[in-house]
Order: sequence, then C-alpha cells, then structure tokens
Amino acid sequence: MRTDRTHFAGPQRLLHWLMAACILAMLFIGVGMLSTVRPTYLTLVSIHKPLGAAILILALIRLVTRLRYGAPPLPADLPAPMALAAKLSHYVLYLLMIAMPLLGWGMLSAAAYPVVLFDGVHLPAIVPQSDQLHAVLWAAHRLLAFALFALILMHIAAALFHALVRRDGVFESMATVSLAKRDGTDGAGAQR
Amino acid sequence: MTRPFQSLLGQASVARTLGSLVLIGAVVGALAAAFAYTAGWLSPARLSPDKIVDALAPASGEPLGHRRNHAKGICFTGVFAATGAGAELSRAQVFARGEYPVVGRFNLASADPNLADNAARVRGLGIRISTPNGEEWRSAMIDAPFFPVATPQGFYELLVASGSKDPNAMPSFIAAHPEFPAFVGWAKAAPWTGSYAENQYNSLNSFIFVDASGGQRTVRWSLKPQAPPVFISPDDLGKRGPNALEQEIVQRVQGGAQRWTMTVTVANPGDPTSDPSKAWPDGRRTVEVGTLVVQQIQAEPDGPCRDVNFDPAVLPGGMRTSDDPFPAARSAAYSVSFNRRTAEAASYPRTAGGAGR
Repeated sequence: MRTDRTHFAGPQRLLHWLMAACILAMLFIGVGMLSTVRPTYLTLVSIHKPLGAAILILALIRLVTRLRYGAPPLPADLPAPMALAAKLSHYVLYLLMIAMPLLGWGMLSAAAYPVVLFDGVHLPAIVPQSDQLHAVLWAAHRLLAFALFALILMHIAAALFHALVRRDGVFESMATVSLAKRDGTDGAGAQR
Repeated sequence: MTRPFQSLLGQASVARTLGSLVLIGAVVGALAAAFAYTAGWLSPARLSPDKIVDALAPASGEPLGHRRNHAKGICFTGVFAATGAGAELSRAQVFARGEYPVVGRFNLASADPNLADNAARVRGLGIRISTPNGEEWRSAMIDAPFFPVATPQGFYELLVASGSKDPNAMPSFIAAHPEFPAFVGWAKAAPWTGSYAENQYNSLNSFIFVDASGGQRTVRWSLKPQAPPVFISPDDLGKRGPNALEQEIVQRVQGGAQRWTMTVTVANPGDPTSDPSKAWPDGRRTVEVGTLVVQQIQAEPDGPCRDVNFDPAVLPGGMRTSDDPFPAARSAAYSVSFNRRTAEAASYPRTAGGAGR
C-alpha cells in the first residue's frame, strides 16, 4: 500500500461518489418499495434489480482499485479507537456492497422468480429453489440493508467530523474540496 | 480545551466545534428522517402490503406456512399449447405456436387452508408458463366475472369491514363502494359447479400487450373450460366431503387431461381498463391464443406449485401492466405472503401427513 499520498486516486474518488449516490438511492428504493401497494411498487422494483447489479459490478471494480491504489494514511494523531473504527467500518462497507446484491440475487433465485434486469435481459439463478434458503437470504438482505444504512450514517457523520471539527484532511482525501474555511487562525488541520 | 480532547478534535474552538457537531447531527438526522418517511414509518395511513396481508388473516389467526389468501389449493402440471394467433397481439414467445410447460394450482379464495370445498364462493387458478427464452408468464385468475371492488384501497377496506365486529362496518363499506353490490348479486345468483375443471377463470385485471411492431393494446384474458359444467348446490357439494373438489380433480385428470381455451379480449377505447369491478361490454374483439392442458395433479405439500408465487406482475417481454392498479398491489402483497410463508415452512410439513389430500 502506498503511504505517500494525501488523496485517493481519481478512479477511487469517482467510484466512491458514484456508488454513494447509487447505494443511498438503492436503500431508499428498497424501503420505499416495501411500504406501498401503489404502482410505484413495480417501478421501484424494476429499478432496484438493475441498480443492484450495477452496484455489484462497481463494488468489484472498486475492490480492485482499492487493492491497486490503497488508501492515504490516516492522520498520525487520530486516536487509536477512531482509527480502528475507521478501518473496521470500511471492511464492513466493502463486504456489504458486495454481499447485498448477491443476497438479493440469491433470494430471488431461491424463490424461483425470474431475475429480470431489463426487458429480455435475465440473470441465471445462483442458488437452487428452496423455501428455507429463501427465508434465510431474505431475512439477511433486509437486516443487512438496515445495518448498511446505519453504517452509512456513521460514515457520513465521521466524514463531516473530519471535515468540520478535526480538519485533518481525511474528508479532503476523498472529496478534493474542503468544507472548512482556511482562515489562518485555525489552520492546523487543513494542512498536513 | 483539555488535552485528552485535543487529539480527537484537533485545534478547533469550542464554539465552532459545537456548531459543527450540531450541523453533523442535523445532516444525519435529516437523512434518517427521510429514510423513515420513505419506509412509511411516519405515514400510518399509507397502504402497505403488510397491512393488506395482516387484514387477510382470519379470526383464527394467520395460516402459518400457507399462502395468506387462496390458502387451500392443489397443484397441477401440464402445457400451454399456443395457437399462434396471439402473436398478432403480443410479441411474447408464449404466443408463438408451440407447447410450453405449465405449473399451476387450483385453489379456493379464502385465507383458511382447511376450508371445506363447498364453503368457498370464489375459486381460483394460478399458472406459470415458461418459455425457452427464459421468460415466464404468471397469472392468478378467479372464476368471478368481475372483482368485488374497484381499487386496492377498496379491497383493504372490504377486508377490514368484513373482519369487523361493528354492525355498521359492512353497511358503511357498501355505502362507500357502490360497485360492491353487483358482486354480491353474482355470488348469490351464479350456479356452482362440482369440479375445478368446469369453471371459467378470468384475469379480471387488464394488462397491455405489445406486438412485434410496438403496437399496444389493453387486454384481459380468460380460461374457458372445455368440460361442460354440471351445476350442483353447495349443500350437495358438501355431502361429497370437505375436499370434494380436490378428490374430483385428481380422479378426473387420472381419466384424461383437462382443457381450457385461453381467450384474450381487447379493450375498445373508453372501456374501464383500470377498474376490474367492471366487466367490459360484449362484442369486444376476442382472440383464442391457446389451450391450457392440465395433465397431472399433485398434492400441494410436496407439489411443484407449493413454492411458486403466482405473482401477476411476472410477465414476459411483450406484456406489461396497464392503468389497472391491482397487479402492482397484488404483486406487493403476494411477495409479503411469500416471504412470510417460506419463513414458516416448518408449520406446513412437506409430506402430506394425513391431511386427506
């Protein structure tokens, strides 16, 4: 892993913000579609599936870019528990970005639904039809969706904490623009 | 600022830090609130599929492991033999001349999996037709000629009113749903048959068929029995036992395959395409698209239909939903029913342990 950089590589930043939009949209679509019997339900379901497939592909590309480019080091003065939380939460984020689409795909497969992405574009089943398997995969997909949303809220809170309170460059390593004013009186975190 | 916090917060003033923390809290709180709103947690009046499925439960409780409606049923397998005539209406492969495998289910329109067969006014038939291109056409039809209510909200209100102990519940439901008495009239007057094979099953909901050149037509479909109906009173049907229909269809199909002609009816401009409580007038263009051939019957506990969700929104290319709001609502509710019952499979043992069917 390279340690001499202050920013994530361009492809990593692009993937991060693209996927941030996709995943947030996906979570809202997911809870929204389960909340209604209106025709919106079918519209949301028809977005949920191809968007999930897109997220899976993006997540795999992102995993490769992460292994290729690594990540800038965390600030040396970051307390150990925060550094640990940062590290662990990112492992879990990667895990869920890849696991959630697979669970959804598996869940539809176990239920013997055709997995239709677009008109005429189907995915094959990845597990055999099974009511018990469906029950497990569906419960996991649902539970982990809430876990992922909670983790994303923590991620956003932590990113803003770095940006606005600590001003330690962690936010800027992904954002490239700074949210904090560099007014000279308080610039310790803005420069490293 | 005391030293332990300095490494955490960096060198920020206390006031600015507090302001930042409030801002962070507001951002996260707003996202969480938007999520809760989207999920319907802040909108108790929103009609969710869970509410419909909850309202379907009979007084005796939810039928664990079973479909939450049309809970009692028996599986069949067979083929759909397409005439080829449907190809002018829809480019779906299922209408190209040929035979396509079918898994289906005869059922009673009730949430009680142990209902006596003479106690269900409405009978249903679900089919899943698979084509070589990997597409499926699923449809769940009933033998009534039109639906009791015009909207999914009306269906929910019907469930609530009919489950209510309030003597005014049904009268006020009927007052609010003037389409309902026509269904009651049908239920009282329509003759009963002694066989699933002698009923006509209707989609009731409308769908849009898209032909090879992109032309669109709003349609409904029906399965018309080739077996001549023999009418029987519900009392006489009851004398044949609580599972008379299931025993009869087993014997009848052992004696020979049973057939239904599938017809597709095309709406005229101005027909009530969004309202399944209204039959379309006679004289509409009707195309015979094929024959459903039921070749074998299987008991449900181990049968191939057991874990099939006959979701009416599972459609091949060349078919899609119309302005009829029911297929979406049914799809949402069927999914909840499926998710619940597959998680309760232990409550519905696979081997037909002396259930008599």
